Amino acid sequence: MSTGSAVASASVLYAQRQKRLMDAIELREPDRLPTILFSHFWVARYCGMTCREAMYDYEGLAAAMRKAVVDLEPDGFQPVHALLAFGPTMDILDYKQLEWPGHKGLADNVPFQYLDAPYMTAEEYEEYVLDPTGFMLHKYMPRVAGALEPLSQLPMYPGVLHTRIIQSMEAYARPEVRRALETLIKAGEEMQKMRAVQSRLIQELKDLGFPSAAHGTSHAPFDVAADYLRGSKGAMLDLFRNKDRLLNLLDRLTVLIPLSAIAAAKAAGGNMVFIPLHWGLDGFMSPKQFTTFFWPQFQKVLLALIDAGLYPHVLWEGDCTSRLDVIKDVPAGKCVYFFERTDMFKAKEALRGTVCIRGNVPASMLIAGTPNEIREYCKKLFDVVGDGGGFILDAGVGVPDEAKAENVQAMYGYAKECVY
Amino acid sequence: MEDKSRQLVQMISEMQEEDAVKLAREMLDSGYDPVKLLGHCREAMEAVGKRYEEGEYFLPELMLAGEMLKAIGDMAKPLIKQGAEGAKTVGTIVLGTVQGDLHDIGKNIVTFMLEINGFKVIDLGIDVPVENFIESIKQNKPEVVGLSGFLTLAFDAMKQTIEAIKAAGLRENTKIMIGGGQVDETIKTYTGADAFGLNAMDAVSLCKRWMPA
Repeated sequence: MSTGSAVASASVLYAQRQKRLMDAIELREPDRLPTILFSHFWVARYCGMTCREAMYDYEGLAAAMRKAVVDLEPDGFQPVHALLAFGPTMDILDYKQLEWPGHKGLADNVPFQYLDAPYMTAEEYEEYVLDPTGFMLHKYMPRVAGALEPLSQLPMYPGVLHTRIIQSMEAYARPEVRRALETLIKAGEEMQKMRAVQSRLIQELKDLGFPSAAHGTSHAPFDVAADYLRGSKGAMLDLFRNKDRLLNLLDRLTVLIPLSAIAAAKAAGGNMVFIPLHWGLDGFMSPKQFTTFFWPQFQKVLLALIDAGLYPHVLWEGDCTSRLDVIKDVPAGKCVYFFERTDMFKAKEALRGTVCIRGNVPASMLIAGTPNEIREYCKKLFDVVGDGGGFILDAGVGVPDEAKAENVQAMYGYAKECVY
Repeated sequence: MEDKSRQLVQMISEMQEEDAVKLAREMLDSGYDPVKLLGHCREAMEAVGKRYEEGEYFLPELMLAGEMLKAIGDMAKPLIKQGAEGAKTVGTIVLGTVQGDLHDIGKNIVTFMLEINGFKVIDLGIDVPVENFIESIKQNKPEVVGLSGFLTLAFDAMKQTIEAIKAAGLRENTKIMIGGGQVDETIKTYTGADAFGLNAMDAVSLCKRWMPA
């Protein structure tokens, strides 16, 4: 085969894979069951890297991802660098919101973990709502990264104007601010190195015929409030203690959140937005709390993204079966709902003709099961959830780090036999 | 006072935090027996737990109930004379998030629900090394050990913890339950646990079932 025809066949494969995914998303029957490869540390482990190496070695991680994609031949992949290759940048920043392998107490082969804490106090609600960017710059960034503490000294520009703007330059030359700015540049250079490797990998995989299936990340307003601002305990108590303040903040976030996701997708030149959800599941909130604090705001975010021509892939973590009747209220053929433990058969009943379903081979089966069990599970999913199209096969919350290679191979291999 | 105690139970179980704490303060100020007051709190917590089990209350209510209990407890406990009899426990549970995993929301809710159901819970915290479980089992002789974990790495950590409990000769007299994240029947078998639970109610009913008659 000449190089020319190899390139041509890769571009044909690329178009076929993209069409397969889009057919499923827009609720048509594809030629066969499409798959997406989404994983955090599994691709690294698959190639013998530790979690720490995966977070620090951009090239090694790219090689691992390339091998995993080429071996498994998914119809789309979620670029892995954007999920975890942050080690060197976090070192530069003295980052405080994550614990990561080889840092402080964690072993080298343990994934990074978020540190749940109140990064904004209840008394700061009004300040955030009044000026979110100012709050992030002056208060939040100094709290989440030691090296950025001096940013708290930057001028508050809404009240600094005319010749005061010129005079305000003084702040940037203060020794501690200067150091923070120098650190920002270093961190930026490091992140550019990572991004360059990631962009090259995405291009290489494109040349091999594999489309990327994530061009940015977004959030539900309540998750931002609970995970990143108030902490889980603070947010739960605020449902009672600071209900109006919380609702105000959620309204503000509802407007702001889509703007960053739209900008990121535009910069990446794609239209798929990944949205992991943390607080939407059954059991965390009551149905009434869900329809007061979570869904109405999140639905608006989804609609804004859809209006901008984007396709949200919403990862509904945990079991969201009791939410199905509420969350089905979105425009048809524009969203993907990626389920972890939600009853997939009930989901198909509720969402048929409205939302493409993605998921949900259980982590437990991929780790402790056998290839035969995997194939049986996938067959059941294809027969019922795949009926009429509108289904993308994936693991529950992506391929778990500890999954056995033969089980993952069985899952992606079986999908190719599922012909419509 | 009879009326007030009924009111207090109702306020707590209806999530009226400010009113409940204020009333408890008034009752203590007017000389109400702090031991009795804490008894009413327990009664209220049982009502909250029941509403959680029945699917009326969810995590935010449990969290707020815990806060009210703590606020009232902090006022009442210093007033209790030494030697006053605490409530009898129905059994002892050693609980912790296994090594490598830093998540604790699920574990804390299980602790809360077990405590309001009368169990003494020894909570070992997060990222608990195997040796700490062994040490605590030797010391506290619990009827049940609960292993919590949110991440999939917890599956192996649970397995190793259970193997170590067995190797230390402590498995026979101890029931082991696992829970959190993606734990299911497959992982129960994989780790060698006696049972798994999907939520805090499962943990309570397992522990109740496992208590010697």
